[in-house]
Amino acid sequence: MAGSPVGVLALQGDYREHVGVLESFGAEVITVRRPEELGRVAGLVIPGGESSVMDKLSRMFGLADPLKQAIAAGLPVYGTCAGLIMLADRITDKIAGQESLGGLDITVRRNAFGRQRESFEAEVAVPELGETPVHAVFIRAPVVEEVGEKVSVLGALADGRVIAVEQGNLLGTSFHPEMTDDYRFHRRFYDRVLATRFV
Amino acid sequence: MTDTPSSSVGSDRVKRGLAEMLKGGVIMDVVNADQARIAEDAGAVAVMALERVPADIRSQGGVARTSDPDLIEGIQKAVSIPVMAKARIGHFVEAQMLQALDVDYIDESEVLSPADYVNHIDKWNFTIPFVCGATNLGEALRRINEGAAMIRSKGEAGTGDVSEATKHIRKILGEVRALTALAPDELYVAAKELQAPYALVAEIASTGKLPVVLFTAGGVATPADAAMMMQLGADGVFVGSGVFKSGDPAKRAAAIVKATTFYDDPQVILDASRGLGEAMVGINVSDIPAPHRLADRGW
Repeated sequence: MAGSPVGVLALQGDYREHVGVLESFGAEVITVRRPEELGRVAGLVIPGGESSVMDKLSRMFGLADPLKQAIAAGLPVYGTCAGLIMLADRITDKIAGQESLGGLDITVRRNAFGRQRESFEAEVAVPELGETPVHAVFIRAPVVEEVGEKVSVLGALADGRVIAVEQGNLLGTSFHPEMTDDYRFHRRFYDRVLATRFV
Repeated sequence: MTDTPSSSVGSDRVKRGLAEMLKGGVIMDVVNADQARIAEDAGAVAVMALERVPADIRSQGGVARTSDPDLIEGIQKAVSIPVMAKARIGHFVEAQMLQALDVDYIDESEVLSPADYVNHIDKWNFTIPFVCGATNLGEALRRINEGAAMIRSKGEAGTGDVSEATKHIRKILGEVRALTALAPDELYVAAKELQAPYALVAEIASTGKLPVVLFTAGGVATPADAAMMMQLGADGVFVGSGVFKSGDPAKRAAAIVKATTFYDDPQVILDASRGLGEAMVGINVSDIPAPHRLADRGW
């Protein structure tokens, strides 16, 4: 990977936890709040948090357009929860004026399970990551309601609702592996970063 | 935070987790749906529903209780960000009502009139997480021991005077730092002196941080106030009267959000501080007679 750091979008949310996970792989990690920081990274994690706030701040500080361009150019990006919403081409139940960066040909529904009382933990089968299920933490989580042809579904709940997807260099989960000690999704993202050599 | 069953709602991890997602953000006090929309548009990560902002509770006096359920419901319908609401200290039935109303977080708050001068709510009995105020580490750990999933330093609500917020966040984090320097056999006495459970004290001595998210509150009125709290080590900021008692709430709210994200960038804080109009007038905490200080409620 020689030289180029991995970034974690740090406008709001649990970005420090993602920094910790990536550092446990031996990666050099920087937080990204400005276009010039984005320009230095070979991959980006968009953390959990409030998608509507990340959207506003990313546009307010001129980060949204460079982010869209980087995604279109093939920057590996992993989004968890709010990050998945940011990567979705289409959002259901968004607040007035809310935009996303897009890149994943999916429709997500925000707060799909309801309010905090419905937040939960569950074991989710993700065959791509091996036989051991992923212990997934869902917090006012979104679900993927529609997937385009080029999107691979990596995981779904028992009732069939899609909660992990991949398309090219973009990876998204409704849940928060950074809140557990199972880092296989981060590893998958980081391996993609190393293979892509974006910067 | 050990093994939890599958499909578990209301687990520690899920309760503490929502606060983790609010980090780096601003939670704003609102009294109705219109204010909630202004807060959401300005970039608040959550809103706190209450019947009167602290400055009005302070000036109007009387018993302050949990909000009218219809008002809270109106706020829930108006915004898609998390909605928190306040219950009186020890008033477990107000908390049960707020849980039935499906709010996202309950603030067992000294800003309202206490309902029990001895006991706080047994927060383990609830699926909805709680945030509680604290002025020092021992108080924070007693609340966590009762089940609080998030702590906010108290400050002195409704004053616009940030000095108490500064005092409390420095106190809590200073006491955390002090614990990390102790020898293992000194932690028993430390727990006694903090009046806090030994297990939590030992955990903090080893991790160097609280087991839950720590926001700050009480007197934040400007973008610079918010950024200072973040530089002092808060995970995020509650703003009460500071927004809706100012001349231009929408603009001030957005400015405080910007300054919280870029808390370490003086140029952004400077730019955000321009053209905001009147700040809330404010009261110096030193001018408030001790019996009227809200931070002294809770123990």
